[in-house]
Amino acid sequence: MAEIVLDKVTKRYPDGALAVQEVNLEIADGEFIILVGPSGCGKSTTLNMIAGLEDITDGELRIGGQRVNEKAPKDRDIAMVFQSYALYPHMTVKENMAFPLRLAKVDNATVEKKVKEAAEILDLTQHLDRKPSNLSGGQRQRVAMGRAIVRNPKAFLMDEPLSNLDAKLRVQMRTSVSRLQKQLGTTTVYVTHDQTEAMTLGDRVVVMRGGVVQQIGAPQFLYDQPANLFVAGFIGSPSMNFVPATLENGALRSVIGDVTLTDRVRQLVEAADAPREVIMGIRPEHFEDAALVDAAALSSGGKFTHQVDVLESMGSDKYAYFNLTGEQAASAELQELAKDAGSDDVPGDGIPLVTRLSSASGAVEGASADIWFDADKVQLFDPSNGRNLTYTER
Amino acid sequence: MAGIGGAETTGKKWGWGLLNAVVVVYALVPVLWIVSLSFKSSKTLADGNFIPREWSLENYQNIFSTSEFTRALINSIGIAIIATAIAVVFGTMAAYAIARLDFPGKNLLVGVSLLIAMFPQVSLVSPLFEIERSLGLFDTWPGLILPYITFALPLAIYTLSAFFREIPWELEKAAKMDGATPGQAFRRVIAPLAAPGVFTTAILVFIFCWNDFLFAISLTSTEQSRTVPVALSFFTGSSQFEDPAGSIAAAAVVITIPIILFVLFFQRRIVAGLTSGAVKG
Ligand SMILES: Nc1ncnc2c1ncn2[C@@H]1O[C@H](COP(=O)(O)OP(=O)(O)OP(=O)(O)O)[C@@H](O)[C@H]1O
Ligand SMILES: [Mg+2]
Repeated sequence: MAEIVLDKVTKRYPDGALAVQEVNLEIADGEFIILVGPSGCGKSTTLNMIAGLEDITDGELRIGGQRVNEKAPKDRDIAMVFQSYALYPHMTVKENMAFPLRLAKVDNATVEKKVKEAAEILDLTQHLDRKPSNLSGGQRQRVAMGRAIVRNPKAFLMDEPLSNLDAKLRVQMRTSVSRLQKQLGTTTVYVTHDQTEAMTLGDRVVVMRGGVVQQIGAPQFLYDQPANLFVAGFIGSPSMNFVPATLENGALRSVIGDVTLTDRVRQLVEAADAPREVIMGIRPEHFEDAALVDAAALSSGGKFTHQVDVLESMGSDKYAYFNLTGEQAASAELQELAKDAGSDDVPGDGIPLVTRLSSASGAVEGASADIWFDADKVQLFDPSNGRNLTYTER
Repeated sequence: MAGIGGAETTGKKWGWGLLNAVVVVYALVPVLWIVSLSFKSSKTLADGNFIPREWSLENYQNIFSTSEFTRALINSIGIAIIATAIAVVFGTMAAYAIARLDFPGKNLLVGVSLLIAMFPQVSLVSPLFEIERSLGLFDTWPGLILPYITFALPLAIYTLSAFFREIPWELEKAAKMDGATPGQAFRRVIAPLAAPGVFTTAILVFIFCWNDFLFAISLTSTEQSRTVPVALSFFTGSSQFEDPAGSIAAAAVVITIPIILFVLFFQRRIVAGLTSGAVKG
């Protein structure tokens, strides 16, 4: 067990592609760190550099205080779980799990004992003598985990370990991965594409984009205080709404109504030296059916009336989708997010808006609805560089 | 729809079955003819009967009575096994490098080995003869083993690199992460998975060496290194008026046996789809 420090770690592939750029990251002993980001942003590359499967072009990697740039994977004492599981097909489950121990020349009795323990933790005891090809996807995944935990490594690295499982199994395995990590207390770096995994599993989340770290922080902090447009749009599902807006004398004008900025927001915006044209970001849960909001709140917040495009009732809440007339907020970050979500080629006429209303709302699909939003929850972004103008380190 | 589809597939099955039967019969009749000849006595040899009228082991006794054939058999087995072993070991290494590594001149290497495989062997016979005579390799085991390896290696490299490409890269990475040195990863993970490929290649190379006639007749001159295909051509009857066909047939049957054994022995190891289950699924 040990802490892992990435000190300005950079990776340039031989073909010239700059995959990871000056990543600084300090992972504490026993911490569970999540790397997220769109496809091709360098998550796997970062993980492989920690593992030793890829050379580090520049910068320093320290494990337990020791520089390990030049060490082979086997000398780093780190275990890895691959997306494809990479089980040895010619070995039984037991031999697969025992393999790292055999290589470490551990004596037979200890191997038996450790494999048995791991198999019990992972509920694999009755499958020990089977070959991987005869196992289900979930079982294979557990064998891969088992192979990682048997030798008590300093750290676990996992590259999208659950992405080959179906949705239900994924939820199950997610909780067991979390439980396992807490139980063992081993430093873990976990790469994922999945929102929910990112939000629920880790102590801290690292959001990457194009090889550059965008923000590092606790999941809730990233959700509440995204450092820029990219993080704001990437974290959260359904994601934050973005609407172009104009700042004028402490007031914010947009197609979803004009509001006076609250003191808190105004101070932040002034300190940040905000431009006139901004992108306003607001999360779906900060909207409400205007009929359900008390008078005081109603007057301080923003309000608009529009036809409900689609209404989804989830029982506990209702999601109302709108398509407002106007130009969509435009920025490089938002374009990239749309591309990652696969919605970049959906013809975007007007501004899409997702709102979460309480179940008591009387909104009806196809009919007009009065919608209110909380002015204090508004986040403002600089369209030119995506910086969050309302960001606070809190 | 389903009914029609079903009828179609049974029809197809019969069609294929028939075609297979024709091919098998076409291939086996000459073999059976040789077997039949080998069991005929010298008197009935030319009677044209498919099933020998009187069975005799005369021909077999004949070929094993002199050292001419037994010695050639030993030469053949020794030379083929040594050449196969060396070609497969080097082929495995080369194929692994070609499948896994990116090194300068890789395509050139592959091209050159392809070139060697395509080179007409006849054109090499006289130069080889000269070279081997001046090096003292003429009419020795190494004198045959070396050219066999030369021509078997491209074959081995090709077949093997196809097999290596099938093995998921990640298995090797996993082995590295599990603490294996590159050597251990190769021996304990890659080699067992490549085994079917290695055995297939071994069979192909062995058959190539075993059947070669051209090099064997040009580069040998005595019993010391003459292989069976050549020895067969030197068979004569016990008198010059006697037809050696019976002895040749018997010898042909005998030299087919090692090939059959070799294939049967290794076939059990060629389990298709050995790599299944390595990745997701
Ligand atoms: N071997 C390689 N040679 C050259 N470029 C590479 C290589 N491997 C990855 N890259 C590039 O490096 C960048 C980062 O790749 P990486 O595999 O780390 O992405 P990722 O974040 O893991 O993506 P995904 O979520 O799709 O797995 C990509 O732009 C990719 O094209
Ligand atoms: Mg990846």
